[in-house]
Amino acid sequence: MDSTVEIGLRVNGERATRRIEARMNLVDFLREELGLTGSHVGCEHGVCGACTVRVDGRIVRGCLMLAAQADGADVWTIEGLSDTGEIRDLQEAFVERNALQCGYCTPGMLLTLAELRERNPAASRQEIREFISGNYCRCTGYEAIVDAFEMARQRQGGPS
Amino acid sequence: MTDLIADRWLLDRPNSYIGRSVPRPNAPRLAEGRGAFVDDIETGGRTGHAAFVRSPHAHARIGSIDAEAARAAPGVIAVVTGRELAEIHDPWVGVLSHLQGLKSAPQYALPLETATWQGEAVVAVVAESRARAEDAVELVKIDWEVLPAVTDAETALDPATTVIHESLGDNLAWRRNADFGDIEAAYAEADHIVEETYVFARHTGVCVEPRAILADWNPGEGQLTVWHNNQCPHMVQNILATHFRLDEHRVRVIARDVGGSFGIKVHTYADELATVGLSLLLKRPVKFVADRLESFLSDIHARDQRVQGKVAVKDDGTILAFEIDALSGIGPYSMYPRTSGIESNQIVNLTGGPYAFDHYRAQATVVFQNKNMMCQYRAVGHPVKCAVTEGLVDAAARATGMDPAEIRRRNLRADDSYPCKSAQGLPFENLSHQESLAKLLDAMDYDALKAERDALRTEGVYRGIGLASFIEVTNPSAMFYGVGGARISAQDGATMRLDARGNVFVATGATEQGQGMEAVISQVAATAVGVPPERLKIVTGDTEHTPYGGGTWASRAAGIGGEAVAQAGRALRQQILRAAAVMLQEEAENLDIRGGVVVERASGAERIGLDEVGRVCYYRPDTLPDGFQSELVATRHYVPRQYPFAFTNGAQASYLEVDVETGFISLLDHWCIEDCGTVINPQLVDEQIRGGIVQGLGGALWEQCVYDSDGQMLNANMADYLVPMAAELPDMRCGHVVSPTFESDLGAKGVGEAGTCGAPAAVMNALNDALAPFAARLTDMPFTPQKVLRALGKI
Repeated sequence: MDSTVEIGLRVNGERATRRIEARMNLVDFLREELGLTGSHVGCEHGVCGACTVRVDGRIVRGCLMLAAQADGADVWTIEGLSDTGEIRDLQEAFVERNALQCGYCTPGMLLTLAELRERNPAASRQEIREFISGNYCRCTGYEAIVDAFEMARQRQGGPS
Repeated sequence: MTDLIADRWLLDRPNSYIGRSVPRPNAPRLAEGRGAFVDDIETGGRTGHAAFVRSPHAHARIGSIDAEAARAAPGVIAVVTGRELAEIHDPWVGVLSHLQGLKSAPQYALPLETATWQGEAVVAVVAESRARAEDAVELVKIDWEVLPAVTDAETALDPATTVIHESLGDNLAWRRNADFGDIEAAYAEADHIVEETYVFARHTGVCVEPRAILADWNPGEGQLTVWHNNQCPHMVQNILATHFRLDEHRVRVIARDVGGSFGIKVHTYADELATVGLSLLLKRPVKFVADRLESFLSDIHARDQRVQGKVAVKDDGTILAFEIDALSGIGPYSMYPRTSGIESNQIVNLTGGPYAFDHYRAQATVVFQNKNMMCQYRAVGHPVKCAVTEGLVDAAARATGMDPAEIRRRNLRADDSYPCKSAQGLPFENLSHQESLAKLLDAMDYDALKAERDALRTEGVYRGIGLASFIEVTNPSAMFYGVGGARISAQDGATMRLDARGNVFVATGATEQGQGMEAVISQVAATAVGVPPERLKIVTGDTEHTPYGGGTWASRAAGIGGEAVAQAGRALRQQILRAAAVMLQEEAENLDIRGGVVVERASGAERIGLDEVGRVCYYRPDTLPDGFQSELVATRHYVPRQYPFAFTNGAQASYLEVDVETGFISLLDHWCIEDCGTVINPQLVDEQIRGGIVQGLGGALWEQCVYDSDGQMLNANMADYLVPMAAELPDMRCGHVVSPTFESDLGAKGVGEAGTCGAPAAVMNALNDALAPFAARLTDMPFTPQKVLRALGKI
């Protein structure tokens, strides 16, 4: 039985077509087939959020979605969002406020925060905390991450 | 006190970057997902991916191994057993001579006869992908003879209990007894003797990046190259060379980005050595990346202590004595090379540390058991000794009817009493307990907070305030490990080089795990030489390109690695100025480097740029006088010698609310006043404290490796093992007192573990303060809702 499948999708605005094992999950596909190693693998069971990527406009866990399910999808990763500059303000605030330490959870955290500001741009500190509560960070204790989100928002003229 | 630093050449440098929140040079690329973690390194098609057959039993004899089906599975390169690997390596034994009597059994990369914990790697499979290796793991059949599992530390030494290693005679790994002063006389003098038992569950580091290693043996040149997410590349280099019988200078260990370590990535893991062995056997690159389920079963666990504590106090609140009896189960082996005795040793050494008392007795018993191995994790022993001490101080406060803040004020060492020694004889150089506590009480508005707590209590809202003073071991000298025979460097080195464009390369033996080492190194280097940080390139984590050093552990990197950089930077500045002086026909003493330019020391007038110095020295030495050879590279090393450790101190407070119907605890506020000496980067220091506090909170409230009586870990996944997430945490307020160490010109002590040290104690005391109206008391971490309800008699 053929256990492979051919998929075609857009990743960071570029077309990608590959024949892959049907069981391959999306984050392994991005990392191993496309060399996009910015999305990290932390738990492979959907808890830590390190593999968070954007699929058709919404964030998903790259370890809980099969690559085959992304056939025809529009996928964005940290590399793409960095290149377009969409989250540059968040990234600068992260660096300035030291909202990352080891940097392993950071790409997933940034994609999550990018979605938060679409859905609830005026989120309170507790709402920010709740929105990122599916993204595990062992280093920071999260406070600096909340601060960085507020810092970036304030610079865009939003509430502090 | 700062003036006691005899030579202030560094702290008084013009344009100093020390004390400024300079951003981290490595942060932007990490924020763009352009890091280089081990699993990110591109490998060719020849790379084999390892997966392991792990023991499903806590204790079982390994019978026949049938690997035929696995070998025939698609994509499989090799299936390798312990006996095959044992041909090419020597086992290790995790003991240190200064932990007198500590014993352990030889450990191999894969066990030869017996698996001694659930999750121990037993057979290795190498395939063209990790997925295919895992497929083949399922096909390996092992004929197990299940043996009785030793799981309860309390009964591990009973005659009826199975002995895990027959060659050792019993399950006792180590026992230490300590007796200082005259404790019986103290008991006779005391008005109150309070006893309490404290329990600290096993928990683990849960680094978000799992352990990972990529080993590449090149038989053509006899060179082993290992990419490894560890904290101590030179230590690993030595261990791999020693146990695989290789020349040490032909082993290169590279630790690029490391996704959190916290002490987890500082040990000799058998599955990692097996991966190196597989590369040697197969003559190809082999990679192993632990998955999360394997991580829970094989990353070291920590704490797992039961401590019976006693405090003797007089009616006026004077503390006379502490006594502890600690029991810990460490798994089936003592971890190599740091051993699994250090956590208990720290508890014996440090209990009571902030307080002036003279009488102390302690016993620590460390036993083997059939659970995953335990070893050093962030703040080794500190959360335990701190919670025991601070729990007993609160107990003494209750016994004497004193306020918890007042009894601390009366017993904390006076700030003008240094240098002095602890009851255990450890030297304290320069601490600030009284000032730290005063600042803490002020920051939290202690009296107002107490009034708020009391008012809410009348409305059926139960809030508590908890205090914890602490000491922390940092900047360890060779007294920590080296004296016991471990080849772990206590000294650190730095090499600095001016390049032809006037930029400066800095190679350091200290390593970066996210704590901000590169920023700290750049600040010290920039200040010592006199250049802006953007003109520096920092190189860390590569045994081939950095001076010999210890890496990162025991809060040493800034204090020791930073001082080596300071000295190398000063030497390089002097060398540059000698060359500039020749070019300018000026005396070197009249010159300085500021902002990357050679200036007149007195007036600050610019004389010549470093780019010009570099250009002339490297490309036009013919224009310099005969007999003058410029030297634009400097290396310096540093190790503390006067004190075995640079102790730091601080005080934390927690304010929380208990829902007495559900048992849930809400953290409302948390404060930490910390004294780490010279603060090199205020923001990084505070973020170390905050991250550390949260790791302490995890152990106090949520984290626990749950084992059943057969030695099966029941919650070895991230859904069932609870780690601190953003929603349940408070914002944390940090403040500082600055009492530098006088041993170094930099005056910096460590800060990486202070938060973790004090947070569990503060939370425990706050919880019990909240529950005071109910005469309910909890001393068994983690404080789950279930335990709270049980203490309240509701379930």
